[in-house]
Amino acid sequence: MLNTDTSIARTKIAIKDLNFYYGKFKALKDINLDIPEGRVTAFIGPSGCGKSTLLRVLNRMFELYPEQRAEGQILLDGEDLLKSKDDVALLRAKVGMVFQKPTPFPMSIYDNVAFGVKLFENLSSNDMEERVEWALRKSALWTEVKDKLQQSGSSLSGGQQQRLCIARGIAIKPEVLLLDEPCSALDPISTAKVEELIVELKADYTVVIVTHNMQQAARCSDYTAYMYLGDLIEFGDTKQMFFKPQRKETEDYITGRFG
Amino acid sequence: MSTNLALDARKARFASRKRVNLLAIALAMSAMAFGLFWLFWILFETVRLGIDGLTFATLTQMTPPPNEEGGLANAIYGSLVMVTLATCLGAPIGIMAGIYLAEFDSKGWLAETTRFVNDILLSAPSIVIGLFVYAVVVSSFRSFSGFAGVVALALIVIPVVIRTTEDMLRLVPSGLREAAYALGAPKWKVIGSITMKAARSGVITGILLAVARIAGETAPLLFTALSNQFWTSSLSEPMASLPVTIFKFAMSPYENWQKLAWAGVFLITLAVLGLNIVARVLTRQKT
Repeated sequence: MLNTDTSIARTKIAIKDLNFYYGKFKALKDINLDIPEGRVTAFIGPSGCGKSTLLRVLNRMFELYPEQRAEGQILLDGEDLLKSKDDVALLRAKVGMVFQKPTPFPMSIYDNVAFGVKLFENLSSNDMEERVEWALRKSALWTEVKDKLQQSGSSLSGGQQQRLCIARGIAIKPEVLLLDEPCSALDPISTAKVEELIVELKADYTVVIVTHNMQQAARCSDYTAYMYLGDLIEFGDTKQMFFKPQRKETEDYITGRFG
Repeated sequence: MSTNLALDARKARFASRKRVNLLAIALAMSAMAFGLFWLFWILFETVRLGIDGLTFATLTQMTPPPNEEGGLANAIYGSLVMVTLATCLGAPIGIMAGIYLAEFDSKGWLAETTRFVNDILLSAPSIVIGLFVYAVVVSSFRSFSGFAGVVALALIVIPVVIRTTEDMLRLVPSGLREAAYALGAPKWKVIGSITMKAARSGVITGILLAVARIAGETAPLLFTALSNQFWTSSLSEPMASLPVTIFKFAMSPYENWQKLAWAGVFLITLAVLGLNIVARVLTRQKT
């Protein structure tokens, strides 16, 4: 509907006429959006605008709560994931998610990363060690934890825990990575590390990030969607959105005239 | 002038507030002292009279006839067996039910009903449970038995464990569950490897507290396991237990029985104290 510039990259996820309800409350209204492959797409907007909700539809996380309901189509590589008959676990192996608060599992650092892999693959212990190291290197945590892999995951600092959660997410080799305000609980140094990581990750993954921080969206995303009260107001190239937004509402929000 | 007046008024008000504060502290302290006084007196008497009656023979010999030498070996054994079996029987049922209430169906009518009934069971006088098992088990087998005692104690364990398991699972942040589901983990895996693991120390504490509770229960055993003056390892015969033996011996006019009763009280107190300390240590590690 609004996008014109994403044609260069192939569309990974196509959202078509998506409506979403919390009970009777309509939280998303007729969302149409193409998320390009191998790019970072940011969802921005004030609290309660539906950006996290939209993210949680993409891996059907909302289905954990019976009063939540989605209508419309979400095509992942052309297949509607909302109507898919496959087990939702297979979808979540393809579409990984990292949450706002770090959530290390009550087990060792090694087991935290191996947990998801064990669900889908039967690796020898050598292969598993390699996979864990690969994921930890990828999430820029390896040098900090390589000597204490058997320690509890919760013994790490907040920023390290969040990178552990990212390592856990990429260890199962998803195609899409959903990040729900991954830096909101982190200090600036950890945030910088995670942002660097996001930019690196897009070489292999399609990344979707929800953020409150506009500078963050400007720094590390290729495309930005601005949402307000359940509507998608504007979607396009990040540079263009921040320098020359097409809609007045977007400009007001980005320049801080509206909070 | 007016500021001075305001200041004086403030001071007066503050002074009165201080007095009320002192009074409240004094009342709270004396209430605490009153409670602790009895508690320590009980502990002191238990230790004083219990150690007096406690000898090596107490642990090795059978309960004696009046005015003869003897010990509590059969009662200790009976208590150990019945408490262990009742826990092995009741704890898994309680844990499963607790998992159901916290993870599967927290708002449905079945959960609400279960919770309500469980609360009633939790506060039911244990003598009611004893009579129930008497009517159901003892009268249909036409015999008092250790097995009936196990059933009665298990019925006390179940509601305690259900409640603590549910409460502990509810304390696990939902973010942890969502994170596990987001990796594509099936529900049984999320519960088994993540939430139960996170709640483990709390659940174990609940079981230990249930054990501590049934270790000292007399009423449910009076009509079920009854008592036995001799050693028996058969669950189909009446079985001795520490609480019932204490009850019987303490009420008797014989001095050696009374001494043994005190020794038994001391042993139970020691065991319950130990269990509580272990439970406390486990919960502290969690935080």
